[in-house]
Amino acid sequence: MYGPLIVKPGSSKKNKTGSWRVEIRPQFLKKNCIGCKMCLLICPEGCISGEGKNTYDFDPMYCKGCGTCAAICPKKDILMIKEEAKD
Amino acid sequence: MNNNLLSAGHTACSGCGQSLAARMVIDAAGKNTVVVNNTGCLEVFSTAYPESAWGVPWVHSLFENAAAVASGVEAGLIYLGKKDSINVIAQGGDGSTADIGLQALSGMLERGHDILYVCYDNEAYMNTGVQRSGLTPFDTNTTTSPSGKKSSGNIRPKKPMPEIANAHGIPYVATASAGYPQDIQRKVKKALSIKGPKYLQIHVPCPLGWRHEPNLTIEVGKLAVECGLYPLIEYESGKLSAVRKISAKPVEEYLKVQGRFKHLLSNPEEIKKIQAIADYNIEKYGLKLQTEAGS
Amino acid sequence: MRQFIEGSHAIAEVIKLCKPGVISAYPITPQTHIVEDLAQMVADGSVDAQFVNVESEHSAASVVLGGAAAGVRSYTATSSQGLFYMSEVIFNIAGLRLPLVLTCANRAVSAPINIWNDQQDSISLRDAGWIQLYAEDIQEAVDLHIIGYKISEDKDVMLPVMVCMDGFILTHGIETVDIPSQEQVDKFLPPYKALYKLDVDDPMTIGPLVGPDYYMETRYAIQKTLGDCLKIIPQAIADFSKDFGRNYSGLVEAYQVKDAERVIIAMGSVCGSIKDVVDELRSKGKKVGLLKIVSYRPFPVDAICNSLKDVPKVAVLDKAVSLGSYAPLASEIRSAFFGKKKAPKVISSFIAGLGGRDITKDSIKEIYRLLTAKELQEEFIDLKPELLKEKYE
Repeated sequence: MYGPLIVKPGSSKKNKTGSWRVEIRPQFLKKNCIGCKMCLLICPEGCISGEGKNTYDFDPMYCKGCGTCAAICPKKDILMIKEEAKD
Repeated sequence: MNNNLLSAGHTACSGCGQSLAARMVIDAAGKNTVVVNNTGCLEVFSTAYPESAWGVPWVHSLFENAAAVASGVEAGLIYLGKKDSINVIAQGGDGSTADIGLQALSGMLERGHDILYVCYDNEAYMNTGVQRSGLTPFDTNTTTSPSGKKSSGNIRPKKPMPEIANAHGIPYVATASAGYPQDIQRKVKKALSIKGPKYLQIHVPCPLGWRHEPNLTIEVGKLAVECGLYPLIEYESGKLSAVRKISAKPVEEYLKVQGRFKHLLSNPEEIKKIQAIADYNIEKYGLKLQTEAGS
Repeated sequence: MRQFIEGSHAIAEVIKLCKPGVISAYPITPQTHIVEDLAQMVADGSVDAQFVNVESEHSAASVVLGGAAAGVRSYTATSSQGLFYMSEVIFNIAGLRLPLVLTCANRAVSAPINIWNDQQDSISLRDAGWIQLYAEDIQEAVDLHIIGYKISEDKDVMLPVMVCMDGFILTHGIETVDIPSQEQVDKFLPPYKALYKLDVDDPMTIGPLVGPDYYMETRYAIQKTLGDCLKIIPQAIADFSKDFGRNYSGLVEAYQVKDAERVIIAMGSVCGSIKDVVDELRSKGKKVGLLKIVSYRPFPVDAICNSLKDVPKVAVLDKAVSLGSYAPLASEIRSAFFGKKKAPKVISSFIAGLGGRDITKDSIKEIYRLLTAKELQEEFIDLKPELLKEKYE
């Protein structure tokens, strides 16, 4: 009735920003994770989830490949690898 | 997939400090929060029709009036008898807070509304392409304060916004940084537990505007704090109540990781001036970590 | 209840009856008495609203925008410079489709600074998407506020309403006014139920970034709604007239137009003076009339054309100028008749009353006198040419 003016919540999930990645993506080794949850906290996209040690992983549909998670992991349990590389 | 109140799918740059900080703020505030946003990066990347990343009621009006619109929202909620259970947060960037929106912010603070104002300080008008604002630091290279043969960048220091807010006699003023995300959440929760106007200024590195790698956002944020150029402080009822003690790294460590300060690296005279600013902050707020007992 | 009351006080009384929840106040002559009165009413507990003393008109409009977005009936008043300062927010409120009533105490615009009445301020914001209603006297100004909230909050409208009343003439004039009772107003104007609002139980994003693929439809929607208002407004005015015992005609009022040979078109308080002149000239056998425009936005093209299609000579009286082009109302009247088979032969444009210069009965008679077969592009009434001899060496 008013045209495009009001938006319902959370509809940005339709926008799969994972397509932005060109070169690198995170690799969660899930070996030395201490469950500090820093990666989950600081991801600017909020696309890391998990519940307990060695369960955290990223959502490739939204990850933009910024590398902040790898930079912050105190146990260096997250690596940034080439996009095409196998896990 | 998390059900964050600022969900994924927004179009912030990869590694954006402001998106990180904004998510910290709204997750700490919770779903009983109404957000009023100024025009800027945050508004643009989170609400491009037909997609919105916000899971809370959110309104955007103009560039400079979030504080005034929030005043109206707060008044409306008080009239409806609902204000006690609902947080009102007004937010904007450094340009919309310290420059064009200073009048509306001052009015809101002076009238004593129960609103938390959050300023995301990326130290320039980033959304329009990195122009100088009142919170752009001394000697910073922006498109309207570029370095050149006759200039080392911005010739003025940062406007002391925390002190300006504090001078209004409000109960709580704090600075925070995207380099310390849990500290942001702690300060937001603390602010929202206090009735009255609150001002929180968060330093948010901008990989695009500051010219650093996207994975260095948190590192750069930490360096700004650790060298004394961005003191993390709290004022409660007008008095300085807490500061984050730092090891006082030399400013050059902070400057050299950012392209916007590249022109200074061959200019020790200018770096001395910036070190003087950091030293002044360290002195004024008592930031230096004591390493030996009694020293 | 009939009272002998100053215009501003009457407006404060009627706003009290409309029960707003958020009132924002910033002083500017000649509207200040309205917000002062409302402040006293809040202080005495007779108005249960959040009264926000803002630091500028821009924030005054922003505060009521926030109040309306929160789902609460809101109110503010302004004039001239204040209206211009909040003009950005004015466009914003209409664009966000938020209901609101704002009183504009029409006043001349700076520079040079002049606090007296003309209509340049509200007319300059005619593109903003607001409904603009012009009052002839204090009674009509009072009634238009109640009607304004009714129309504004209508789910088929959801657009803000500006009630325009001539500064000083109506705001500071004293007339006998029937202030309705609370029961009458409550019956006509139910409590505001927001169509959409900021609600933590039903969150939504209001005011997103809308790109080229989406923006145009929002503007079309406002245009279409204002077109629908050409029916909604007269209906609301008719319902009001019935319930409150008034005699309003709707979008326009045709006074002695039926067999008139010369008609003046005007808006606002000057219509009262013109009616007096019409009565006087009619008693002398002159066939003259007045078309009073109440709704300036939406512009009532059909009502105007139907009223005046058989009138040979029409004078448009503007209290504003679109500097560099024609007087605004005259332009729109001429456009309204363009291409129509039946139209006046002569549409002459007259500009009078700028900066509060008195429009006397003689001035109005002068307009009728100048309304001849020779069409006048633009004629300033009561201009003082001797003042134009100033030289700066």
